[in-house]
Amino acid sequence: MEQAENDVLNQFRMGSVEAFETLFRQHQRTVYGWVSRIVRNAAAAEDVTVETFWRIHKAHARFEPGRGFAPWARRIATHAALDWLRAERPARRNDSEFIEDLTAPAGADAAVTAEIRAKTALAFGRLPPKLRIAATLSVVEELPAREVAEALGISVTAVKVRVFRALRLLRNDLERQGITP
Amino acid sequence: MKEDELDRMTKLLKAALPPVGADAEPARDLWPAVLRRMDGRVAAVPWFDWALLAGLLGLAALAPASIPVLLYYL
Repeated sequence: MEQAENDVLNQFRMGSVEAFETLFRQHQRTVYGWVSRIVRNAAAAEDVTVETFWRIHKAHARFEPGRGFAPWARRIATHAALDWLRAERPARRNDSEFIEDLTAPAGADAAVTAEIRAKTALAFGRLPPKLRIAATLSVVEELPAREVAEALGISVTAVKVRVFRALRLLRNDLERQGITP
Repeated sequence: MKEDELDRMTKLLKAALPPVGADAEPARDLWPAVLRRMDGRVAAVPWFDWALLAGLLGLAALAPASIPVLLYYL
């Protein structure tokens, strides 16, 4: 079983499309799930997943089978998602439309109104993508800092600094709108 | 930013953005889209080919006498 997996990884490294398809079938769902957590949009997650596997295919010769396919694919997916966040245009919808669509998550603080949630979400969307991705994965998705650090290719300390800066910028943005968290 | 402020911002962000979770699945098989992307790349003409073509056309426009020479080498 392990030998078969190693064969697939070695064949992929040599440029075999069949081996690449096998790996795609094994990891498509995981990569899509990871990307969804970052881009938070189903259509965008599909596009970024395709982009991720395209980048994986292009980089096949640089793949090191000993280091595992999944962590490597996750790093590439994270960078593809980051590029998508950088290219994304800010939401053009008006606040009232956004508020109507925004449902409170289960267990959300009842004192936080839909308007505040909407303004927070919009302000969060205006943060620099590097900070947003760290805060999304660490705070919203509640992933361990180590896992986020590995995916972003930075240290655990750097993740914590980015999350702190994201929350501080978010607070400043909300205060400018007259919202005191 | 103090610790309690950090906690409040964390709670506010969680209230504003519900987690997606790890269970999201694509609505369709994405392999055909990946293949299209790969085929598109193979069919793309490298930039230096376009640059060479532009150079040859420029040479032919500036020095029409070079056209028979170029045709000879095609």
